[in-house]
Amino acid sequence: MHRTTRQLSETGDSEGLDRLQPGATLQERYLILGMLGAGGMSSVYKGRDLHFPNVTKLVAIKEMVNLIADQSMYDMVVRNFEREADLLATLSHPAIPTIYDNFSHHNRSYLVMEFIDGQDLEAILNEMDDFLPEEKVVSWAIEICDVLHYLHQHQPNPIIFRDIKPSNVMVDQHDHVRLIDFGIARHFQPGEKGTMIGTEGYSPPEQYRGEASPTGDVYALGATMHHLLTKRDPRVEAPFSFQERPVRSINPLVSPELEQVIDMALSYDPKERYPSAMLMKEALITTAKRTGLLSQPSIAAVISKTDSVKEIWAFECEDEVRGSPLVFEGNVYMGCYDNNLYALEAKSGEFLWKFATEGGIAGRPAAEDGTVFVGSEDHRLYAVSQNRGSLLWSYFAEGPIRSSPALSDGHVFIGSDDNRLHVVNQITGRRAWRADASAAIWGTPLVEEERVYFGCESGDFYCYDFKSELKWRKKTKRAVTSSPILIDGMVYFGSRDWTVYALEAESGFQVSRFRLGGATISSPFYAEGKLFIGCGDNHIYAIDAKHMRESWRYETDHQVTGSPIVHEGSVYCGSVDGSLYCLDFHSGRLRWRFHTSGPITGTPAVFENTIIIGSMDHRVYALIS
Amino acid sequence: MNPISRFFTKIFGRPAADKIAAARGDSTQPADLLAEFESPKNRLVVGSSQSTGIERSHNEDALLLLNGFTLGTHSHSDFGVFLVADGMGGHRAGEVASAVSIRTVARKITEHTVLELLNGQDSTDTDPLQDQLKQALEEANQAVVDTVPGGGTTLTAAILVGNQVTIGHVGDSRAYFIQDGKAEVITRDHSLVERLRELGQLTEEEAAVHPQRNVLYRAIGQGANLEVDVFSMPAPKGGYLLICSDGLWGVVPDPTMIDIIRSAPNPQTACDQLVQAANFAGGPDNISVVLVQFPED
Repeated sequence: MHRTTRQLSETGDSEGLDRLQPGATLQERYLILGMLGAGGMSSVYKGRDLHFPNVTKLVAIKEMVNLIADQSMYDMVVRNFEREADLLATLSHPAIPTIYDNFSHHNRSYLVMEFIDGQDLEAILNEMDDFLPEEKVVSWAIEICDVLHYLHQHQPNPIIFRDIKPSNVMVDQHDHVRLIDFGIARHFQPGEKGTMIGTEGYSPPEQYRGEASPTGDVYALGATMHHLLTKRDPRVEAPFSFQERPVRSINPLVSPELEQVIDMALSYDPKERYPSAMLMKEALITTAKRTGLLSQPSIAAVISKTDSVKEIWAFECEDEVRGSPLVFEGNVYMGCYDNNLYALEAKSGEFLWKFATEGGIAGRPAAEDGTVFVGSEDHRLYAVSQNRGSLLWSYFAEGPIRSSPALSDGHVFIGSDDNRLHVVNQITGRRAWRADASAAIWGTPLVEEERVYFGCESGDFYCYDFKSELKWRKKTKRAVTSSPILIDGMVYFGSRDWTVYALEAESGFQVSRFRLGGATISSPFYAEGKLFIGCGDNHIYAIDAKHMRESWRYETDHQVTGSPIVHEGSVYCGSVDGSLYCLDFHSGRLRWRFHTSGPITGTPAVFENTIIIGSMDHRVYALIS
Repeated sequence: MNPISRFFTKIFGRPAADKIAAARGDSTQPADLLAEFESPKNRLVVGSSQSTGIERSHNEDALLLLNGFTLGTHSHSDFGVFLVADGMGGHRAGEVASAVSIRTVARKITEHTVLELLNGQDSTDTDPLQDQLKQALEEANQAVVDTVPGGGTTLTAAILVGNQVTIGHVGDSRAYFIQDGKAEVITRDHSLVERLRELGQLTEEEAAVHPQRNVLYRAIGQGANLEVDVFSMPAPKGGYLLICSDGLWGVVPDPTMIDIIRSAPNPQTACDQLVQAANFAGGPDNISVVLVQFPED
């Protein structure tokens, strides 16, 4: 024999982690052929059992280095190792490798076991360019459930594997699953020092409190399946965030039934998971048979469909209502394409008065101190007394007015098709100043802290100060019909270039933006950190304002040109499909929809709990839910 | 005051008028006048400090500050770039990773955001700041993967433009807003224990001593699929932005930090004292602190 038993280092080199070289033998019995893998304080070697000289009996040899300095702790680790080796040796299941031998030598402990010719799931994952097929993953998972069930049923005490993950599951030559690494090495890991990247990724939350139970293994199997089907490594995702990225959102080829099984296994609360591996196995088999009848009820909470809507009153005008109602001091003021400005009692819808202009009214009126202001396509801005609807004054622009008035500091701010923003004294009707734009102004100007912000149909967006000096200008690629809003120093507005912009109010600097699925002329509405806006792609969007990310969107049957409002946890928005939609603020789920006979292009208004909306079917509706 | 005169007051009687009156010499106390013009009240004041700490042999943290303010009628807005990175990885990989990251981010922000501001860019053709910052952190991630294999770093970047603070963040360094005696953590630690705490598995106290409290699930240098937190918030008027590595926040309790900041005569002294406090408490890790004081209006 030329081979010698390797002299194990006792001098304690740097970390005591020098590896066994091929050709070395252990216990004069196990010839090292090469290394299979290494991690932390342990290494696995491929070896040959020399007690079978006439055949090549391959074995896997796991070597663990005990680096614990404290003598009593050191001894405890060795005792634990021996106890677990004894336990493993008594197990008998096709998915558990057979244990042949164990021994300790100086600061190293060894476990000799069946050599498995195959690949672990992590290696298989890394080699696949595409997603693993669902059938494969299901058949492996069924086998894992089976062995977990065997371990969990162990007497006198159940064995919890604690560490199901792709790298601990081997697939052998016959495509059968074998569990490796029963966590024996864990005791040998000294406490880690320093910041590290990467979590265990597959472990259930309760395991970090030191709780181990069969449902923890169920969770880890769910996590492993999630990784296999999505190729998203949970070790680099936020821990316990599986349900934030459902399997089918990443890999739509997976069946909804399997997604449900995985989802349930990954429940955050152990009580909501499969209570045993056996029950999970049954669910997987059902899925595999494609009966499609899983016992679990749909997870999506359905908002009560009994929510319904009632029409309190409707008022018929002589032409289309394209603009938006204003609710002010108990009355509704509303312009119409029959050229009239109407005043109605909000509670009853009773007609109070109307005021005739000489053109269609597209915008929303504004009111203050007993006066109602409205612009008309007859080029005029009107001031009308609130109680009787009599003319106080009118102001001529040089083009039609489709913009809506904004009131501030005793003045009316309104845009016109004459490419100007007009600033008119509320009492005298005389112009204080005006500002130039490069095209027609259709939106409602925003006036805040001695500055006025507005967009125009060429795509330019302006900020003027009260000295009519341009503070800044920003050019978008298409018309800005949308009216801006200002929240916490940021100006938000939509553009027909498919974008919602977020500009720093003082400088106009573009801090952020949100890409829509189409052009928008709708104006954003802000509530509790979210922006709501309609879009030409038929959707109503909810956008997280801080991150400018989509929270949800809801699809209507046609373009959404009107603007949403929020009232008591609901979003109200009309669509060109003729419906007014009431959606849940947080989820965007439909609470109810009220159908009118014409497109809705305006913005709703609220009176107490009544929603008021105009439609191109010539009517104004008051609705309550 | 009627609406007309209210309007004209706003137009012609700008608040600046008071200062003009003061500057003309209506004030009889030149010392006060001088104090007003030298007082930091109307502009940003910045401090920073760093220490290796007591227990560590070398420093893997890095920080970088760029601060620009202009005065004048047609001046652009103030801006600032504030970066803190806490490197990790053996064989000096950590210190290289943190240095490479902040250089990459500062260069990208200078090339785009800062030049854009100075140019007075008025089109929306360029990427908005949030997108640029996200790309900058992704570039830093790639730079670390390429040049420092095995190295990683946290990175918390705050970009100030006008009155908006835009944050780019990966890891467990933190940004705080401190205002009215309260400290609010505006970043989210990408650490295992923070996640467990958010989910109610650990209490604040348990998290502070959990053996895995230094395990991050997201860091610059992790390679593919790096997800970067980017968001904007209005700057706290008259308050502070504090950015620090865990060598400070993991050691010095919030109330102590607030006390130090409130009682220090200026942000620089506050930063020095914060570092002292961390070292006094044992200095288990590298400490980096950046403190930005915002004007009242």
